[in-house]
Amino acid sequence: MKFPKLTPKHITEASLAFTFTRRAMVLGGLQGGVGMLLAARMGWISVAENEKYSLLSESNRVNLTLIPPRRGWIIDRHGKPLARNRTDFRVDIIPDRLRNKDAVIDTLARLLALGPDDVERIREDLEKAAGFQPVQVSDKLSYEQYAAVSVRLPDLPGVAPAQGYSRDYPAGPSVGHLLGYVGVASAKDYEERRDPLLITPGFKIGKEGLERSFERDLTGRPGAKRVEVTARGKVVRELTTRPDTPGKTIRLTIDAGLQEYAGRRLATQSGSVVVIDCQNGDVLAMASMPSFDPNSFSDGISHLEWNMLSEDDHVPLRNKTLQGLYPPGSTVKPMVALSFLEAGLSPDETVHCGGAIRVGNGLFHCWKRGGHGAVNMHRGIAQSCDIYFYVLAQRLGMQVIADMARRLGLGQKFPLPYPSQSYGTVPDPAWKLKKYGKEWQIYDTVNATIGQGYMLVNPTQLAVMASRLASGKMLMPNLLYGAKRPAPGSLGISQEHLDIIHNAMSAVVNGGGTGGAARLPIPGMLMAGKTGTAQVRRITMAERRGGVRGNASLPFKLRDHALFLGYAPYDNPRYAIATIIEHGGHTNRIEDAPMISADCISYLVDPVKAMERLETYEKGWGGTPQQRQKAQMNAYRLAKGLAPTLPSVDAAANASDPAAEGASNAAADTPPPSDGDNSAQEVPD
Amino acid sequence: MSIVPTTIARLPWRVMLIVTAIATFGIVVLYSAASGSMTPWAINQMVRFAVFSVMALVISRFPPSFFSQYALPGYVAVLVALILVELIGGVAGGSQRWINLGFMQLQPSEFMKPVIVLAVARFYARLPISEIRRWNAIWPALVLIGFPWALVLVQPDLGTATMIAAGGVTVMFLAGLPLRLFIGSGLALAAAIPIAFSFLHDYQQKRVLIFLDPEADPLGAGYHISQSKIAIGSGGLFGKGFLRGTQSHLDYLPEGHTDFVFATMAEEWGLAGGVALIGAFLLLFLWGIKVAIRTQDRFSRLTAAGLITTIFFYVAINLMMVMGLAPVVGIPLPFMSYGGSSMLTVMLCLGIIMAIDRENRKGSTGNGWG
Repeated sequence: MKFPKLTPKHITEASLAFTFTRRAMVLGGLQGGVGMLLAARMGWISVAENEKYSLLSESNRVNLTLIPPRRGWIIDRHGKPLARNRTDFRVDIIPDRLRNKDAVIDTLARLLALGPDDVERIREDLEKAAGFQPVQVSDKLSYEQYAAVSVRLPDLPGVAPAQGYSRDYPAGPSVGHLLGYVGVASAKDYEERRDPLLITPGFKIGKEGLERSFERDLTGRPGAKRVEVTARGKVVRELTTRPDTPGKTIRLTIDAGLQEYAGRRLATQSGSVVVIDCQNGDVLAMASMPSFDPNSFSDGISHLEWNMLSEDDHVPLRNKTLQGLYPPGSTVKPMVALSFLEAGLSPDETVHCGGAIRVGNGLFHCWKRGGHGAVNMHRGIAQSCDIYFYVLAQRLGMQVIADMARRLGLGQKFPLPYPSQSYGTVPDPAWKLKKYGKEWQIYDTVNATIGQGYMLVNPTQLAVMASRLASGKMLMPNLLYGAKRPAPGSLGISQEHLDIIHNAMSAVVNGGGTGGAARLPIPGMLMAGKTGTAQVRRITMAERRGGVRGNASLPFKLRDHALFLGYAPYDNPRYAIATIIEHGGHTNRIEDAPMISADCISYLVDPVKAMERLETYEKGWGGTPQQRQKAQMNAYRLAKGLAPTLPSVDAAANASDPAAEGASNAAADTPPPSDGDNSAQEVPD
Repeated sequence: MSIVPTTIARLPWRVMLIVTAIATFGIVVLYSAASGSMTPWAINQMVRFAVFSVMALVISRFPPSFFSQYALPGYVAVLVALILVELIGGVAGGSQRWINLGFMQLQPSEFMKPVIVLAVARFYARLPISEIRRWNAIWPALVLIGFPWALVLVQPDLGTATMIAAGGVTVMFLAGLPLRLFIGSGLALAAAIPIAFSFLHDYQQKRVLIFLDPEADPLGAGYHISQSKIAIGSGGLFGKGFLRGTQSHLDYLPEGHTDFVFATMAEEWGLAGGVALIGAFLLLFLWGIKVAIRTQDRFSRLTAAGLITTIFFYVAINLMMVMGLAPVVGIPLPFMSYGGSSMLTVMLCLGIIMAIDRENRKGSTGNGWG
């Protein structure tokens, strides 16, 4: 093999030794150079970049965990808690520190008596979870369970027992819609707020109602715990702890006792009660029943319970006090009469009621088939004579009625802290033209005077109307105790006119009128009020001829709504109330709107007696709302368990028959029946 | 003349002092790495150092001709062992680097590091001077290096293979081969790197890529380098103090007592400790080079310079690795890293250099401090 360029030089032992020495020195120099280079590199890392690496070292060593702030309480006007925090023991899993997943989950399932559903959920959560983001195993543990897990911690790497707080609503379902509930933040919430607090285990945000509206105030500031941890996540020692700042307490104008009483007093009915202070508009109670139990919602509700609630025809998931819209029925009559007075009508003007009058092509009936004979304003309200209002409304026109309705709060938006409210409709000619492009007809006026037709209100508006009628003041409903606001101005209605209305409303209850059931069981205190019935179905000519069917014989969804508004004492208004029983149909005197209203007002004066009566009633109703809900849940579970494939017939029927929904539950925009032939019928209790 | 007997005075005191200082420092660091405990590492390391020091001193009593004589048989023996390892590995499956002798696990590739130096030095010592600039001076050395290099590379052990090649090539360089050969092949090597890269194992490729950008995967394959740099960088000028390193004590630094022991040291002793350690190693290298330059015998001087350079490669590769200048290749830091094989090899190297040094001093009146 040729390698030509390698042979030119003459080489001796000495020259080779010289080459070696030279090259060895070069090698030594190189080694020294590399040594310097390494020292320089080290100097760069440890001096020039020291700050950066010190920080990284600290962030390795120190683990910062947020301590969720305790949520602010919600208390009633007397300081009684409506929503508070309860000490809660919980167990989480830190996915990154988990070693033997199956063994750990098995042990936990045994210690905490977890069902297969829970185990499945934990496994799913662990699949999705990453890093040190804890996955909840179980909360609301007993101290014994908590301790059982805690003592086995060395064998359960990755398991983190913790002590936290959970929300507690002492009154249960009665405050469900008033307060809402709290829950774990959803992925969407986190995207919006980007607050690491939201994904801290045990932290919950307000999901509905006041819990949601006052979220910012109730949340407070999280604390932080700095701990030294090893690379495997073992805590070596605690460094510093900054305590959390609890959220603010929200004091409501609600009277906790009354709120719960009203909720319970609504019995098995689907209804709502709103009570307003006639002096300043403070809302004392806002009950919507049946309701979900915010306690179980805040713990995370099961699919089954959710299904049961959403299938219930008593719509426990809707806050009826603000979202339920109803034709006000005859409860508008005092307001209509007041509008007549303000328009110059004499209260002594008499109308003859013969049981029916013809308006245009249609025949409009009074609820009393035989008629009331001669009726003046006092009798018209007290006896709730439809003909009196039909006749005079035609004379004075819709506009005066609509203006007065709005003045008294109907169709008005109130700045109440609820994200979702329905405001209803006060119809007038301009509104109809805009909405439907049709001219206002005389029968529209006639329908509106008895609170039917297009007119829709929510129970809170009804209560505001009652309070304004009672006080003559421009009262605004308010939920925050001691909220700074201007003193309510006058409605500008003469006291003389108000007195006429007040007297007539008192006669409704105390003077042989339609609302005798609302008489207060308190000596010396008189309630003034007005009953109402809102029809949700058409009455056919055939039925009319054969006699209107009684509500009791109708399916629930076709029964009339029963309404009552009132205030007490009648001569010195203190409390105003509005009660609506959906599809009550005046079939049960005790569970009807007037008597419920009377009992609620009497609770404010004599709570002990009122409570005694309620407890007697409840024995017949199957216990408190909580007990009934539990029984309902068990029955539902049993039904599902026995026939799991059988779809809920009731729910399906309800959903597929929009006609049956009628005006009762539909949104404000749904036009109710308005043909002359199916004009409203008034059926008092 | 002196009150100390000549045999004692003739002991290589200077190098022994340097090595003992480094090893003592290593034991101190291992004591800290075990959270202030002599067990399990510091005490073992101490015993090992004592045993291997005695071994090195015994070796230093052998005449250099002994090593020259057994260089090639030794080379063949280690090569056979390497082939055996490969065969056993093929049977057992996966990567195999050692033979189980029952009482200890023999890692032949570790022995190949000094043996390759001896073998190549032996080859050049026997080569007629006139042949040194001929083709015949090159290919036998390349064959000598190539076989063990390839065998170790397929184990696969990139770090050791590199050290074997580097040790052999160093001797070739010192033997007086034309300089342009090294420059030329250096350039060719640089051009071949991308091709070589594609032949690497997945995990090796990953290590190289991660070395180029450790922050890309701080929790995965880049974890070692990232944590090592954090340990060194957070140490600052004077360190966090003895027993107060958090990276090592809280287990963030992996292999904090073996390959990454320098990071453990640097965290607690800072730049000051690092510079002192590097300085001590440089003194050791200087001693080795000086011994080589003083030596007249061709085999001996090539061996002395080659072996000290082998130790240098240990130190340089390890330090570059922990400082993020080289990929993680699993080369320990001599006298500091916990482990027997590497200390045995390094002590073997030192013993042979000391034997050469002793031969140089024969007849002279110098003592061991020279």
